[in-house]
Amino acid sequence: MLDWLREDRRRTGTKEGCNEGDCGACTVLVVRLEGETLVWRAVNACIQFLWMLDGAQLFTVEDLRSPEGALHPVQQAMVDLHGAQCGFCTPGFVMSMVAYCKTPGASMEEDAINTALAGNLCRCTGYAPIVRAMKQALTAPGDALDTQTEAIKTRLKALADGQTVEIKGPEGRVTLPASADALAAAYQADPQATLVAGATDVGLWVTKGLRTLPHLISVGLVPDLHKIEHTPEGLRIGAAVTYTEAKEPIAALLPDAGEVIRRIGSTQVRNAGTVCGNIGNGSPIGDGPPLLIAAGAELKLRCGDVHRSLPLEEYFVAYGKQDRQPGEFIEAVVIPQPQPGTVFRAYKISKRFDQDISAVLGAFSLVFDEAGRIATARIAFGGMAATPKRAPATEAALQGQFWTEATLKAAQEAMKTDFAPISDMRSSAWYRQTVAVNLLTRLFVETAPEHAGTETRLAGWKEQAHV
Amino acid sequence: MSETLAKQTAQIVPGGASKSLRHESARMHVSGNAAYIDDLPEPQGLLHVVPGLSTKAHARIVSMDLEAVRAVPGVVCVLTAADIPGDNQVSAVGKGDEPLLADGEVCFYGQPIFVVVAESRGVARRAAKLAKIEYEERPAVLNIAQAREAGGVLVWRPLVMSRGDVETGLAAAPRRLSGQVTVGGQEHFYLEGQAALAQPGEEGEMRVWSSTQHPTETQHMVAHCLHVPSNLVTVEVRRMGGAFGGKESQANTPACLAAIAAHATGRAAKMRLDRDDDMMMTGKRHDFVIDYEVGFDDAGNILAVDMVLAARCGWAADLSGPVVDRALFHADNAYFYPDVRFKSEPLKTNTQSNTAYRGFGGPQGIVAAERVIEEIAFATGLDPLDVRVRNVYGTGTRNITPYHMTVEDSIAAEIMAQLAERCDYRQRRQALREANKSSPCIKRGIALTPVKFGISFTATHYNQAGALVHVYTDGSVQVNHGGTEMGQGLHTKMVQIAMREFGLTEDRVRITATTTGKVPNTSATAASSGADLNGMAVLDAVHKIKARLVSFAAEHWKVPEEGVQFLPDGVQVGEQVISFPELTKAAYFARVSLSANGFYKTPKISWNAATGRGRPFYYFAYGAACAEVAVDLLTGENRIERVDILHDAGQSLNPAIDIGQIEGGFVQGAGWLTMEELVWDDTGRLRTHAPSTYKIPACSDRPRIFNVALLEHSPNQEATIFRSKAVGEPPFVHGVAVLQAISDALASLNDYQTCPQLDAPATPEQILRTAERMRQQASH
Repeated sequence: MLDWLREDRRRTGTKEGCNEGDCGACTVLVVRLEGETLVWRAVNACIQFLWMLDGAQLFTVEDLRSPEGALHPVQQAMVDLHGAQCGFCTPGFVMSMVAYCKTPGASMEEDAINTALAGNLCRCTGYAPIVRAMKQALTAPGDALDTQTEAIKTRLKALADGQTVEIKGPEGRVTLPASADALAAAYQADPQATLVAGATDVGLWVTKGLRTLPHLISVGLVPDLHKIEHTPEGLRIGAAVTYTEAKEPIAALLPDAGEVIRRIGSTQVRNAGTVCGNIGNGSPIGDGPPLLIAAGAELKLRCGDVHRSLPLEEYFVAYGKQDRQPGEFIEAVVIPQPQPGTVFRAYKISKRFDQDISAVLGAFSLVFDEAGRIATARIAFGGMAATPKRAPATEAALQGQFWTEATLKAAQEAMKTDFAPISDMRSSAWYRQTVAVNLLTRLFVETAPEHAGTETRLAGWKEQAHV
Repeated sequence: MSETLAKQTAQIVPGGASKSLRHESARMHVSGNAAYIDDLPEPQGLLHVVPGLSTKAHARIVSMDLEAVRAVPGVVCVLTAADIPGDNQVSAVGKGDEPLLADGEVCFYGQPIFVVVAESRGVARRAAKLAKIEYEERPAVLNIAQAREAGGVLVWRPLVMSRGDVETGLAAAPRRLSGQVTVGGQEHFYLEGQAALAQPGEEGEMRVWSSTQHPTETQHMVAHCLHVPSNLVTVEVRRMGGAFGGKESQANTPACLAAIAAHATGRAAKMRLDRDDDMMMTGKRHDFVIDYEVGFDDAGNILAVDMVLAARCGWAADLSGPVVDRALFHADNAYFYPDVRFKSEPLKTNTQSNTAYRGFGGPQGIVAAERVIEEIAFATGLDPLDVRVRNVYGTGTRNITPYHMTVEDSIAAEIMAQLAERCDYRQRRQALREANKSSPCIKRGIALTPVKFGISFTATHYNQAGALVHVYTDGSVQVNHGGTEMGQGLHTKMVQIAMREFGLTEDRVRITATTTGKVPNTSATAASSGADLNGMAVLDAVHKIKARLVSFAAEHWKVPEEGVQFLPDGVQVGEQVISFPELTKAAYFARVSLSANGFYKTPKISWNAATGRGRPFYYFAYGAACAEVAVDLLTGENRIERVDILHDAGQSLNPAIDIGQIEGGFVQGAGWLTMEELVWDDTGRLRTHAPSTYKIPACSDRPRIFNVALLEHSPNQEATIFRSKAVGEPPFVHGVAVLQAISDALASLNDYQTCPQLDAPATPEQILRTAERMRQQASH
């Protein structure tokens, strides 16, 4: 999408800063119609395929001025409050800020603004004037785009024809299935095809890996899979559901998981990336899988007309190898309703709080019985092994025990046998191991009644009920 | 001259110099129509240039098979060292140790070996991967420890600065201690990567649009590589999308590569580096290992300091000589050392050639100075702020630097006192220590650190600038000067000077792109000197035109020259006020030249590296920062809770822009010392070569409470442009307060008895390691 904007359309206001979805200089606005509502989302143009705009309208920084040429309130605020220095990141910031202004419930709270802007890097200003500008812009009553609402709706309705689309290009073809059935058929017909949901990973295969992908099949635009449902099994999240869409429903079940999701990628990445895509790519450092494994999630797979399900942890067989047959795809993941007495905690540890890949992610689900003993413990870690992995020895050390200092010490000893992490540019094996053990201490301090009120976190602390 | 003429301007025009005015490009920035190199209209037939990089840290190139690269449809040619018409050399300091393209040998992982020239960038990028290069590996030296072990080959002469007798001073001191501090490097991470567009012209002419801080040097490099005289090469830059020193010398490589491609094909050629290639190829801030020994007394008075400052310079000299020198110039920070000796070790390594980066080595020296302060504070049980105040440069006495320059305006103590008062440092420090006792996981720390930063290029000849100002007959003004705009607001300040002097509003003064065709033989926009040097050159040009206009008006309207004054939007001529356009038009008809060039050279300065003596700096800029942090002792995670900064910009040229430099500089400095970590693997391959792995501060990393103020009533005592002070680099140093505050939080682990000796960057891992060491000390 970025190359098309800059090279074909010469819309050079949208900048390339990193070409991997990390700096936000290429942020654009994509508007879709959901029901009768227009939903505006900021995405990184660099790692979006152009065909992903099917059924949507795209806005770039060049579209923000009013027909009379007046600056958008966000643009005006950035000018008034010195929000641009070198100006290169500025169009991307402006687009994220406009998206935030259009987010229902957008607040003046700094934490919310920080989250909205976490996907935009600025090297000049130190962000302070940009946040000031954001606050000023939030006081504006609306913008020139608002006057286009009906026209956009009409246009988008006309585009929604419910048809499967095939696009052929010089380097290959793309299939946009109109339904899950069509997807199943297309993928079975060509199991070598590449499935794409939000392209936040596959996009990099192209921009950085320079790979040619002869056949892409879209998962992210299949309406049947774009559903979040409360089922008897639990919260079912379809394969086309983005992290942005899934965050609140998951947070309603597991508040701490919601906080980790807030820190996965950035607003732009979560607007494109899907929960199931984060599972599908099999990364050992994805944040979603350990959260979901600790929560006891089940994966729903489909191949042709054959459906099967398996505990999520069993999907991850080895590094680069998952339990997925040729032509089989992920339909959904289901998170069970937590049992009474469940304490769920998740800790994301990275060099930077926002928009960073975890060095370690620890997710803990403890179920206490009425006597106060740990009836069951499910613990899963990311970054500690070649796959997202449970901690069986630690779980065993906790199970059936009262939550005491002695139990903690035993669990910590056990943790040392559960993992043999590697060293890389994010952290050393020593750090990963030490932190994993220390996170048990944090869990203990946060959940043992005698430590109630102790400050334990610098990011994402939300007051939660103690056991 | 400047003072008297300035007094003629009775009233300052709104937005003129010394007032806040928005950035001259602000409306273009927010609208997406401020053009950077890659946004310029593409000439017909434009070709794209992509480098092929070394995958060994040190090796002889046995053979290169580029047939598969050439065979890709759309590839026009592949160029190697043999195809360079002139010198295969881009050493910024003329040392001849930096080939543009590797010739027979590669000296770091990421060194350009060849370039692919193709019809599209995509084709070129894919084709570049198809090269087959056979290497014969040689021993590689990757870091300071390995370089020392291998005999310590230097890229530049070492510098020694000394005053007094350090051996005797140390021996006589009641107490002494020694230690070592490691300070990490830093990637510039300008948001606009390196880029250049070259277009061939008549008879060997080459026009280059380059994202460069140093158009004149880029011009020279291109001319040498093409083997043509400088008058055939024009280099132009309207603005850069950030630079921070990373485009002072490093911009030359893409400009030269684009130029040789344009030369070889006769077609325009553009090189815009992919972010990963940019980070793999270009130099960064130097990392240092600094050994220190200090003698002091029980009252915390420093008596003698001995330091050896070793830097990883990379494979070529580049600017490492002056960078490492500047670390020595600032290893005293704001403190008087009675007996002192500093030695440098600019070590050669098989890594990217480290280069200029905001502060130019100074911040690394200051980190060492502040570590020494901290060591003494823990050794004596004093508040580090007391140790700082006790040792700060005096006025009249105790005011000679290690390079024998007299500090004439030591205001660091006063700034520290004002700031401590304003931000309630003492009470907060007490309260934090109390609160830490009942907080087992999260500990808080606080520190207040000063900065004294020397302003001027230490290469004395660089301290000159030129400008070219045109007044057109309609009274509109065009300003050109030798400085470049990288976001720092230099062009805005230059416009403001012309506005103030002519009494014109913003819309009447236009700044243009910097080009070697208008103002030649310029210096890099660096060393914080852009406004100081170019501002005076612009003022000189403006004054020449004003003097002609005054003389003309006096004669024409028959009034004394004193009766001609430039007011906001009008010129007082005797009893009447006439418009500026009316005056300029009348002057034109009277055949008065309305164009002038301006020139400036900084007075008073000199520096002799051989003797280690001189006055390298015209003046010092000062400031202080107080940082409060929270540290998680289970994970090493940390957060900046509050920062207060009081900074000396003299009589600021533009308070809004200067505050922006301070806020931005602080966050960049804090990032350097906390989360920004460069990691090379054992093969010398940089593993943090993109924002996915190299983390600069994000929005939520700025301090939760962030109070920045300019020091009031503090005109520069030297006659700088309207008595302002340079503000680009000094505020970067305020990040040191964060490192010290984290250290303070860690010290709680051992009841504030021992110095944590926290090295930088203080990543969560570094903090956790230090915490583990402190815990072990505490248990013994």
